[in-house]
Amino acid sequence: MTERVLHTFESRFLQIVDESGNADDESLMHSISDDLIKKAFESIVMARTFNGRALNLQREGRIGTYASLYGQEASQIGSALAIEKDDWVVPSFREMGVYLTLGYPIWLLLRYWAGDERGMKVPEGLNILPVCVPVGSQIPHATGVAWAMKLKGHNTAAVCYFGDGGSSRGDFHEALNMAGVFKLPAVFICQNNQWAISVPRKRQTAAETISQRAFSYGFDGIQVDGNDVFAVYKATRDALEKARRGEGPTLIECFTYRLDDHTTADDASRYRSAEEVEEWKKKEPLIRLRLLMEKRGLWTQGYEDDVTEKARVLVDEAIIKAEEYPPPEPRDIILYTNAEPTPRQLKELDRLGWTR
Amino acid sequence: MDKMNMVQAINMALRQEMARDDDVVVLGEDVGRDGGVFRVTDGLIEEFGPDRVIDTPLSELGIVGSAVGMAVYGLRPVVEIQFMAFIYEAIEQVYSHATRMRTRSRGRFGCPIVIRTPYGLGIKGPELHSDSAEAIFCHMPGIKVVVPSTPYNAKGLLASAIRDPDPVVFMEPARLYRAIKTAVPEDEYSIDLGRAEVFQEGKDMTVIAWGSMLHAAVEAADGFDAEVIDLMTLKPFDEETILASVRKTGRVVIVHEATKYCGLGAEIAAFLAEEAIMHLNGPILRVTAPDGVVPMAMLEDLYMPTSKRIRKAYEEVMRY
Repeated sequence: MTERVLHTFESRFLQIVDESGNADDESLMHSISDDLIKKAFESIVMARTFNGRALNLQREGRIGTYASLYGQEASQIGSALAIEKDDWVVPSFREMGVYLTLGYPIWLLLRYWAGDERGMKVPEGLNILPVCVPVGSQIPHATGVAWAMKLKGHNTAAVCYFGDGGSSRGDFHEALNMAGVFKLPAVFICQNNQWAISVPRKRQTAAETISQRAFSYGFDGIQVDGNDVFAVYKATRDALEKARRGEGPTLIECFTYRLDDHTTADDASRYRSAEEVEEWKKKEPLIRLRLLMEKRGLWTQGYEDDVTEKARVLVDEAIIKAEEYPPPEPRDIILYTNAEPTPRQLKELDRLGWTR
Repeated sequence: MDKMNMVQAINMALRQEMARDDDVVVLGEDVGRDGGVFRVTDGLIEEFGPDRVIDTPLSELGIVGSAVGMAVYGLRPVVEIQFMAFIYEAIEQVYSHATRMRTRSRGRFGCPIVIRTPYGLGIKGPELHSDSAEAIFCHMPGIKVVVPSTPYNAKGLLASAIRDPDPVVFMEPARLYRAIKTAVPEDEYSIDLGRAEVFQEGKDMTVIAWGSMLHAAVEAADGFDAEVIDLMTLKPFDEETILASVRKTGRVVIVHEATKYCGLGAEIAAFLAEEAIMHLNGPILRVTAPDGVVPMAMLEDLYMPTSKRIRKAYEEVMRY
């Protein structure tokens, strides 16, 4: 009888900037320019401003149920800043920070959350899929997009977002398994925000990390500090470069925290303690970024006030534009079902008195 | 013009569509080297290579889900699901995504996927190898459901399905794969989706069937002046052809392999009740499987609507 070790695996973790704003390993900051640092700061402020206003609009009944990104800004913006124009993004429903950073029109996002599908008519030139509601079911789409890129010989990659909850679904397994088998140019980003509504991360998998599950699909996984925008940026950029070199997929687990309720319809105090939330608030992404920038002479209160004011004005303008936009036509319910309406659909339009 | 069976006709349609459009790719379990368990994709991998004829892992959700991503990016994936009941794992990908992508993105993204799958009784397969799940898909907005009944229409309908800008479920009657041969032109041709065909003209009753049941319905019609309609596209079905026939005959029998409860026959009957009740001499009759789970081989013949059972319905409807 022979028994031997076939494999051991490494489980890596990356952090570049710690909670006090220190970048201990300066070599990791070499590729991070001052411009990028400022862009990250401004994008986080933008996402947080949008998010805060969206929560208020929901309370005022001006938009519907909304899923807050508060606490996850570094995971979303750090990755989005690494994405190139011809890459494709396959999001879930909490990625407003990604949409905003890619330049998605703010007023369209507000239309979407107010209940207007036209908000997800993705403008030409932007390669992001519409919001996907069924958790985790979008992961195979990223595999398919990456597959199509490979078959067409495009030197691009697909980036997929999902959460710790989504990683428990069969979709995760089938999508990552296929991406591994065919060495597809895909980057799978799991925002592990510790809670799938009320179910804690330890109930999703007995594995110590989500990132290590990549090992079983035959490719690399890495856990990064999901509240460190530059760790997320570097891991995503490295994974994208690897994908474009034809070296296959990567799973990135952003270890972060959802500071708000799951959605505006949830009450997180039913299942987690205020102390836990307070502990994570100390680690939120903007605090350490501000400290880092201050040390580098990139931050003043005046600068932050300016950035915040600019974001506020942009969101205010978008709210006005979104709320002035005329309502969708009733016929839209029918006319976007198929490329061409069926004879029965046309009869239905007439019967309902909806103009064609 | 050569006579060929349905396997050969579908194979020819796939070859011609792949030659015509580089964006057409075939993917599924055993579709490459093995040529598919029914050999429908035989020879495609030699002609088009393993990048376009893809042997996937055993992963129905992954196959259909990645086909959604491929289609959104601009490919035209033709998926093979080895047996129709195996698609149940992937229904979310069809119902929540493929059929909704156009609506969700207000037309920015379409989802031109074809899901080919053998269905139906008569092959003495193990459990879950003989389901007829058309009604599940017909209920979904944003999809087309197509069933050929002859090698000739299989080729033309599949060409249309592959060129269609929206998702199509293409159900292949497994029992007919090698059972009949018809003349099939070598030249490319297509048969419009959404059109039924009057397979056999008649004056006394309208019989509506599709796939392998079409042939049972025709066989049963010996001695009756029955007009038999081959529905071909189940969704959206051809209302005009059905109505024109029913207005003429005043009697209707619908035949399908699936169970009666919420089967497609119910929709056709309700449609005729709404649109043509004044033309009907009597009740619309349905000949279907009994309301039980598809049995294995020993009871299979009792489950399937036979020409004997269909004849009984013809006799009954003629009493009105």
